[in-house]
Amino acid sequence: MNDRDMLARMLGPDGPEVTCEECFERLDEYVDAELVGRDPEGAVPGMAAHLAGCPACREEHESLRELVSDEPS
Amino acid sequence: MSVATVGGPQVDSTTSPSEARPLDPESREWLRSLRSDGREHDEAVERLHSLLLRAARYECARRRPSLPHLRGNDLDDIANQAADDALVLILGKLDTFRGASRFTTWAYKFALLEAGVKARRRAWQGREIPLADDAWGAFADPGPSAHDSATTGELLRAIRTAVETELTDHQREVFVALALQEVPIDVLAERRSTTRGALYKTLHDARRRLRAALADHDLGAIS
Repeated sequence: MNDRDMLARMLGPDGPEVTCEECFERLDEYVDAELVGRDPEGAVPGMAAHLAGCPACREEHESLRELVSDEPS
Repeated sequence: MSVATVGGPQVDSTTSPSEARPLDPESREWLRSLRSDGREHDEAVERLHSLLLRAARYECARRRPSLPHLRGNDLDDIANQAADDALVLILGKLDTFRGASRFTTWAYKFALLEAGVKARRRAWQGREIPLADDAWGAFADPGPSAHDSATTGELLRAIRTAVETELTDHQREVFVALALQEVPIDVLAERRSTTRGALYKTLHDARRRLRAALADHDLGAIS
């Protein structure tokens, strides 16, 4: 982990972010928007900041995006 | 409308999960078959469970490196428990699906959450949460590169001082565990009999206090 990552982990995102509950509630919408090329942050404002600050939600986002993108369409 | 946020100002949002949308044909078919009776319903539930098990196994496979002491059967047990629990959750929440995503994307997230939480907790089973006094040791030497190192060192000292002087005892404990020790938030939530959301709110408030205390420092690179 480099210095910037280390400090970012401590101080978190600067700006409004959704809660963990809201993140889970709208994670599917956010991921589908990403995968079809819509603006995900426009669909769910504050989601990107939360994913930057919450490792558990970030892992779930990465897993869902990878799982869905691996699916045959 | 606006959505709830952690701490700071609310975020404007033009859509909400409470707003119903036209369903795509595949999602509509999932809902129809899961709400049907008899054999059609049972077959739909079986297909859904297979889908959830695939997602849970996917998550367990991703986490295998953090669970080196577990055998393949143990991981598959976690995946099966996660799929079972996710199925119960989903069948109880069918009426809350509004079509903001495909049904399968919506369903997957429950299995991934269940598998992820179970795997994190299993990885920490029997392990103590490290003491706060041990937390700063890893940051004592931020590295050899001249200017960056000096800047980082200065910031770290300022953060450490602010953690000790600006945070409440509860905020300090949560901050140290989550941000310094990297204890998984679900593990800490289980040990403290609280929720991920409540802990993250505490972490968020602590971070805001720290950022305010560091107002005289240049934080542009980590904003």
